[in-house]
Amino acid sequence: MKRFSVTTRPIDLDLFRGQLTDPRCGAYVQFEGWIRDHNEGQAVLRLEYEVYEPLAVKEGETILSEATKRFGILRAAAVHRAGLMELGEAAVVVGVASPHRAEAFDACRYVIDQLKVRLPIWKKEHYASGKTEWVNCRRCAEHG
Amino acid sequence: MQVTVRYFAAFREAAGRETETVETRACTPRVLFDECRSRYAELQAWESSLVAINDEMARWDSEIGEGDEVLFFPPVAGG
Repeated sequence: MKRFSVTTRPIDLDLFRGQLTDPRCGAYVQFEGWIRDHNEGQAVLRLEYEVYEPLAVKEGETILSEATKRFGILRAAAVHRAGLMELGEAAVVVGVASPHRAEAFDACRYVIDQLKVRLPIWKKEHYASGKTEWVNCRRCAEHG
Repeated sequence: MQVTVRYFAAFREAAGRETETVETRACTPRVLFDECRSRYAELQAWESSLVAINDEMARWDSEIGEGDEVLFFPPVAGG
């Protein structure tokens, strides 16, 4: 099974967690990133993720390998949504299993922090006002 | 030389296209991007934009060769 994947469907959290169970591990840490109803003072109705999958998968695998080496964890996986999403849904899930909890927490934090800055994924917010905006690209939205 | 340029997300909307083949003397993505900006008024150079060449992450001063596909990524926002 691929450790990093992209999906346009809701993430099955039980299935995701199930793939990481390991009798050598006494700790499991999972992070879920949810769709929030506001950003920088604007009411958000829904979100749209654009993902360049060939490179996102490659870079995602690299990050999981880095975390495995760096923190000595035994299992790690992550999945990211693509396409249109509603409030409350999980946009990204990271799971890390290891013999003890400290390295599981550290590795999980490392993976989500790196995913956010390195993966070719873009988020477009749809606001209650009817406007849309690419997050981190405010100037473009103003000009567009 | 000829290279293929691909624009993503906000860059695609600013350029009004997803891909194009261009004739250029640019030897780095930075110079190539500046050429593209001169054609599309709305294309902005944002800090922390990323670039890839032939599906490998690259640097703005990496070398471009004949037939390469250069991918321009506006600031990413995963998670």
